[in-house]
Amino acid sequence: MFSTLLATHTPPAAVEPCVQLRQLNHWYGSGSNRRQVLQGVDLSINPGEVVLLTGPSGCGKTTLLTLVGALRQVMAGSVRVFGVELQGSTRGQRQQLRRSIGMIFQGHNLLRCLSAEQNVQMGADLLPDLGYRARRDLARQWLRAVGLEDHLGKLPHDLSGGQKQRVAIARALAAEPRLLLADEPTAALDSRTGREVVDLLKGLARNQNCAVLMVTHDPRILDIADRVVRMEDGQLMDSGQGERLWGADRLPDTGREAAEG
Amino acid sequence: MSGFWQRRRIPLAWLLLTRQPARLAVALAGIAFAGILMFMQLGFRDGLFDASVTVHKLFDADLVLMSPRTMSSIGMAGFPRRRLVQVMADPAVVGTTPVHWNLMLWRNPETRRTRSILTIGFEPGDPLFTDPSLRAKAHVLNQQGRVLFDELSRPEFGPIASWFRQGRTVETEVAGKRVRVAGLVALGPSFGADGNMLTSRETFLRLMPNTPPGSIELGLIRLQNGSDPLLVAERLRQTLPDDVAIYTKQGFEEFEKNYWRSSTAIGFIFTLGAAMGFIVGCVIVYQILYSDVSDHLPEYATLMAMGYRLINLLGVVAREGLLLAVLGYLPAWFAGQGLYALVRSGTKLPVYMNNERSLLVFALILAMCMGSAAMAMRKLGDADPAEIF
Repeated sequence: MFSTLLATHTPPAAVEPCVQLRQLNHWYGSGSNRRQVLQGVDLSINPGEVVLLTGPSGCGKTTLLTLVGALRQVMAGSVRVFGVELQGSTRGQRQQLRRSIGMIFQGHNLLRCLSAEQNVQMGADLLPDLGYRARRDLARQWLRAVGLEDHLGKLPHDLSGGQKQRVAIARALAAEPRLLLADEPTAALDSRTGREVVDLLKGLARNQNCAVLMVTHDPRILDIADRVVRMEDGQLMDSGQGERLWGADRLPDTGREAAEG
Repeated sequence: MSGFWQRRRIPLAWLLLTRQPARLAVALAGIAFAGILMFMQLGFRDGLFDASVTVHKLFDADLVLMSPRTMSSIGMAGFPRRRLVQVMADPAVVGTTPVHWNLMLWRNPETRRTRSILTIGFEPGDPLFTDPSLRAKAHVLNQQGRVLFDELSRPEFGPIASWFRQGRTVETEVAGKRVRVAGLVALGPSFGADGNMLTSRETFLRLMPNTPPGSIELGLIRLQNGSDPLLVAERLRQTLPDDVAIYTKQGFEEFEKNYWRSSTAIGFIFTLGAAMGFIVGCVIVYQILYSDVSDHLPEYATLMAMGYRLINLLGVVAREGLLLAVLGYLPAWFAGQGLYALVRSGTKLPVYMNNERSLLVFALILAMCMGSAAMAMRKLGDADPAEIF
């Protein structure tokens, strides 16, 4: 079903990065309370590329996600997403840009009053030129793609943590994003469902030419990454293939780090 | 229509409101209470104004003469009766009726307690009211000491109507003199008078012997068909001395209403009561919507992170306000109907639901809900999409 959904999209031939960070700096507070979170971050992500971002808690991963996701004003440096410079951008420009960006949060953040289908349809409702029935059908298709076709009418409190996370993923994908930002999307999922979800994201990247930037501490999903970027103390340390960066000595820490978020 | 159907969105405002039925019920009860309060206060106010002209409306007159010293129906001053003779000189005038009008003490024949009753004295052969049935009954007033009792008077005057219908001879004292009820009429009480009775001019003067000779309180003037009352009134003002004031029938009613509206605090008090209902409703709706927005702040932030504009979210809160207004108004309207019926039966006041008041209260509830929604919307500014990661 998922492949059917993706088959309608032809990957563009463009190779220009969809995300470009240049000397990105960010801090919280001011004066003596100022805390530097990001320091001189340079990063490029191409369309269709899956990049995993890892590092210890508090190293700035989430702040980086929020800046790339146009959720915060850029303080210093350059953030270009789909060619739009976010440094000095207006609230309206960032809001418009967010329609092209799918976000999967660690806390699913589903609307409690909406059923699974309606939550996903809230994502599909952002698509222009689609009628109500088409948007509803799209929502159903994405829920089927994440294995929740039997839970369309259930409210979030009737779903397990993993099911809620899959609804959140379906909601992000229903808006047909060109860039997907995910914060620990598999943290609440069992290994089999987690594998299905990351395969789904990988398929999205491949077939829909959608770039994926995913914060994760889950070593089981390294194989889907085109690149793994490690961050420490607000700086990107190195990048490359997952196994090399994720040495066996780091694996025991991952459970604790995941729990810390 | 099909385009609208295709463009429709998930009814988020409705779903947000109905997610917690108990809280919605409390909100609707609060809005309905505010609405009922406004309906009652405005109903009493309008009822007061309408009731103050209950009898005025019944008069068979195009123009009315009054003393310029008259302030209202509860304080009528007299003017020379001969002014009506002068009025007859105008070619447009076809008839006049001199009317005595005063409040007297009626003794309840059952409890022996006294109560003020509006007494109208007239020549039984003259037209007084537009209702033709009165003319048939008026002849009984030719006999001295006979009165027609208003069966719509408040019960404190005694079971006059039921006794009369049973065929009993109903006699009592008015102004310390004996009178006998010779028939019933249906006029209705007002704020100024809880009950009414009609009698002949001769009986009236016997009951009020201190009335100056040749003095009356009202002069009813009937004009030829097609005459312009305003024009004739203006003409009469030129010819009559300034010891009389001339009103059209509508002006006569407005004069009375204006007294209650402006010369007393009653209009202000009831309007203030309605305003209190409005303010109470505003506080209730604001509390409900503010806590609703606060509870759903992470969800609103999520929607903003997804690309929904702030205006979309403001629209959701506005629609919540609109839904609350409509859902709260309906029970208020129905309860208002029931309470009006209760007031009518208890006070005999003409308090009815009318379109103007229905629309006014709906507009007030709508303003109350939308204004509160606008205040609650400020909280949406706290929804920071960056905080949800």
